[in-house]
Amino acid sequence: MAVIKTKGVEKTYNPDKIPVRALKGVDLEIAEGEFTAIVGPSGSGKTTLLNIIGGLDRPTGGYVEVGGEDISQMSDNELIDFRKEHIGFVFQAYNLIPVLTARENVEFVMLLQNRSKAERDARVKELLHAVGLEDKLDKRPSELSGGQQQRVAVARALAPKPTFILADEPTANLDSASTANLLDIMARLNREEHITFVFSTHDQRVIDRARRVVTLVDGVIDKDERRE
Amino acid sequence: MLFRLARRNIWRNRRRTFITAASILFAVLFASFMESLQRGAWDNMIANVVNYYFGYVQVHEQGYWEEQSINKAFPLADSLNAIQKIEAVQAVLPRLESFALASAENNTAGVLVAGIQPEAENSMTRLSERLVAGAYLQESDEAALIASGVADRLGLGVGDTLVIISQGFRGVNAAGKYPIKGIAEFGSPELNKQMVYLPLPVAQYFYGAPGRVTSLALKIEDQGDIGPVMQQLRTQLDTAAYEVMDWQEMLPDLVEARELDTAGNVIVYFILYLIIAFGIFGTILMMAKEREYEFGVLISIGLQRWQLSVSVWMEVIMLGLLGALSGILLSIPVVLYFKYNPIRFSGDMASSLEKFGFEPIFPATFEPQIFLTQALYVFVLTAVLAIYPMMKIRKLKPVEAMRN
Ligand SMILES: Nc1ncnc2c1ncn2[C@@H]1O[C@H](COP(=O)(O)OP(=O)(O)OP(=O)(O)O)[C@@H](O)[C@H]1O
Ligand SMILES: [Mg+2]
Repeated sequence: MAVIKTKGVEKTYNPDKIPVRALKGVDLEIAEGEFTAIVGPSGSGKTTLLNIIGGLDRPTGGYVEVGGEDISQMSDNELIDFRKEHIGFVFQAYNLIPVLTARENVEFVMLLQNRSKAERDARVKELLHAVGLEDKLDKRPSELSGGQQQRVAVARALAPKPTFILADEPTANLDSASTANLLDIMARLNREEHITFVFSTHDQRVIDRARRVVTLVDGVIDKDERRE
Repeated sequence: MLFRLARRNIWRNRRRTFITAASILFAVLFASFMESLQRGAWDNMIANVVNYYFGYVQVHEQGYWEEQSINKAFPLADSLNAIQKIEAVQAVLPRLESFALASAENNTAGVLVAGIQPEAENSMTRLSERLVAGAYLQESDEAALIASGVADRLGLGVGDTLVIISQGFRGVNAAGKYPIKGIAEFGSPELNKQMVYLPLPVAQYFYGAPGRVTSLALKIEDQGDIGPVMQQLRTQLDTAAYEVMDWQEMLPDLVEARELDTAGNVIVYFILYLIIAFGIFGTILMMAKEREYEFGVLISIGLQRWQLSVSVWMEVIMLGLLGALSGILLSIPVVLYFKYNPIRFSGDMASSLEKFGFEPIFPATFEPQIFLTQALYVFVLTAVLAIYPMMKIRKLKPVEAMRN
């Protein structure tokens, strides 16, 4: 079953002034366990699409279903709770709360979910181990490199066991070694834990690692390739 | 966890925290200091004026203050005993006062003849310290002490004879002549041109009112005792027969002057708080701008807006609290210092005060309530300003907050 389904999704910015049609009818289904890259030239609508799938923004046409639920109908507060339970976000940069340590950043959403201390501790250890940062538990973001910060961000996104993870150009600010490292981790989590990843990128090395590549051009899907 | 976020942010932005807290601290300190000094100066001034003649509380026969008539003189004995028992009353000054015509050779002058108990009188008004010639009255004297203005008007000196006539108690004729034992100078021109003091029994005889007085002035050291003393007097004395008045009822002009002066200060406080408000608001504005991206991330990953608002509000409140508390802590020693080392005036101001027999000093009042109120004002101000980021958060769109 598709964890994400968009049907005729449109997005027009500034409908009253100078309208910008960022998405012009996107039909997309992403199944559980996929490792999908959204690619396309700058301004093609990648960020817009990810924001709409993640419930951060609303489409001006069409609808989005996540796990069978139509998120376009939800109120603002319901969406926040929905994101907390079902969607893990990794942004381009500055994902982490600067005043919290790596451990606390990962723990954060679980605290919002009122998970028990034992469960939180176990999960934080497991996840920071999975991203190779078990020795950086008590470091603040400012004491970590960009690549390490993105790995903590991945761990944080995974902490509440979301339905899928959305990452908008997660490697844009990383050097090639860190990029490779982050992709290794994401690919392994996808392969071993069947975590669904949807990410956008410009980077050919990242595109090469994807198992499905959706190309957006001018707000519509131009190509949708699967590789094994 | 919301609290932890707030606390960490306070700690992270140490410089901002320091500057904001310091400005709040300064506001509290300055306002407390100003108010303490002003209240202290007024208290001192009022103590001076009141103890100069009136006393903080007076007891008369009902209706005397309105009429100021010798016919309202009342027998001293019974009422006095009750009053002297009150702990907070240091001394009771019985007086028999009325107007009379004084003459010497071919000069006459209207005077206020006050029969006093010299010792009791001196304990409050320090009358003997104002002598410029002769000696102070004794209980047993058959002599007068007159103000220098009266002496000048009548052309009299120590040892000369003063003749006074008046209407006595219930219309009897009053006439007498007394040797002048001393001359006192009053800073108040009002008093200086009309005061004539006689020992109480002499005055009672003169006015034909043996054993009677028109007023009892009470010496009270601590202004805080005035209320309780009044209370007690009103229960102990027959209020149909006696009236009990405090200085505020007797000297409404003084009360008004104080209120006027205090009202002027409201403007100064207003400006002060306005400046402080802008300072704090600037900090809050900067914080809201600086942290927009972070707020966006937090809402994206599932923090409800109200939770974020609470955290930010706590952060601002902690800033306010930090500043207000340190303001109080610093105000205490500063105000105490100026209480025990009062500001001393010199020059014209000082000499005119001294002429009235006042010490030209302005001690600060130490009333914790002053700091607490000022700190509370600043704190409330901060709490109100903290609403701004909450409004911002309510409208924040994470997608826009995180663009660039
Ligand atoms: N908030 C907005 N208001 C107006 N126009 C916007 C807004 N956000 C995006 N756009 C426009 O919508 C179009 C799609 O933008 P989007 O950010 O989705 O592209 P993108 O594929 O992510 O580009 P990039 O590769 O540069 O990140 C662009 O023309 C952009 O200028
Ligand atoms: Mg983009």
